[in-house]
Amino acid sequence: MCDTCGCNLTPGNQHLAFKPVAKGATAVSVLKGLLQKNDDQAGHNREHFDRRGILAINLMSSPGSGKTALLEATLVALKDEFTCAVIEGDLETENDAERIRAKGVQAHQIVTGTACHLDAHLVHDALHQMKLDGVDFLFIENVGNLVCPASFDLGQHLNVTLLSVTEGDDKPAKYPVMFRAADAMLVTKTDLLAVLDDFDPDKAEAHLRHLANPAPAMRLSARKGLGMEAWLTWLREQLAAQRARVAIGQSRRPAIQSDGQRLHRVTA
Amino acid sequence: MHELAVAQALVEQVDSVIRQHNASSASLIRVRIGPLAGVVPELLASAFPLAAAGSRMEHAELDLVAAPIQVRCQTCGAETEAALNRLICGACGDWHTQVLSGDELLLESVELETAPSLIPES
Repeated sequence: MCDTCGCNLTPGNQHLAFKPVAKGATAVSVLKGLLQKNDDQAGHNREHFDRRGILAINLMSSPGSGKTALLEATLVALKDEFTCAVIEGDLETENDAERIRAKGVQAHQIVTGTACHLDAHLVHDALHQMKLDGVDFLFIENVGNLVCPASFDLGQHLNVTLLSVTEGDDKPAKYPVMFRAADAMLVTKTDLLAVLDDFDPDKAEAHLRHLANPAPAMRLSARKGLGMEAWLTWLREQLAAQRARVAIGQSRRPAIQSDGQRLHRVTA
Repeated sequence: MHELAVAQALVEQVDSVIRQHNASSASLIRVRIGPLAGVVPELLASAFPLAAAGSRMEHAELDLVAAPIQVRCQTCGAETEAALNRLICGACGDWHTQVLSGDELLLESVELETAPSLIPES
């Protein structure tokens, strides 16, 4: 895409570019994503990861659905196999980073103040303060929020969205932008299903499919160690796939972003 | 909540368009938003004046064009309109679809004032 030579003009959108306007004024076609600057930075972050063979995973969910507990269990399980690092995003406190460090894993806390999401620049600044040599997995725990984080590419390869059984099973229908962005959906705290009769994991999965999302829906309890093996296997597969892509000079963006780029037609 | 961040990104982008074209200001900014972009047009409209205050687009009209959600079915090939949380094929009901439009967040065009301003800048 290019701003200067007009190659981003297609038969479908060129009528937008040459619209006659009043004298003394001129209309300019831009046709650029509004978050272009963030996306450029995200692309730069992704190159960083690819060069080092790192698989970057963005974890998103509502507050309290178990992102940090999942990370704790995951990091312990992968300890002998891989080197992991974590970026934590919260409005305030170092608490989550301290929980991760207690597991012997490098963690950097981003304190966003009042910002409701991480962006590519915040992640980039964090990367510069971390030791990334030899890291296999970088987990980015986004701010607990089912709305805003979905709109900002951080440079991650995969989005993982958590849905705990203490929430409604219709969350994917209520927050479609977020769940459409998921490369995997994790139904968490499944040990509580026995006492919660109003959450149906099958329904949650059906709502995800209604968003045209083929992502795997895994059910687990990090606290009780239930269903963790499927998640860990998925992680291993994704790392192998990422390494194979990098070996042939390719990378991966979270599914919907590349989809959008390829398919967008402008029709006014 | 994040619409202010989006408005600030918009102001930055329009500002670079103004500079590229040696214009004095922007009079109209057209942005195309699909419901799947996760940005609420009304909130963006109210955040824009805050982000644009004191800039060369503070008097610009912000035209937010709504993009409909359209999906193409990978099973039957039909192109149909869909609802925000039901992106299934309108013809056969299959969920294996691709979103053709509806997730845009696009600065479509800008109208620039090229004539020198009569009011000197203070």
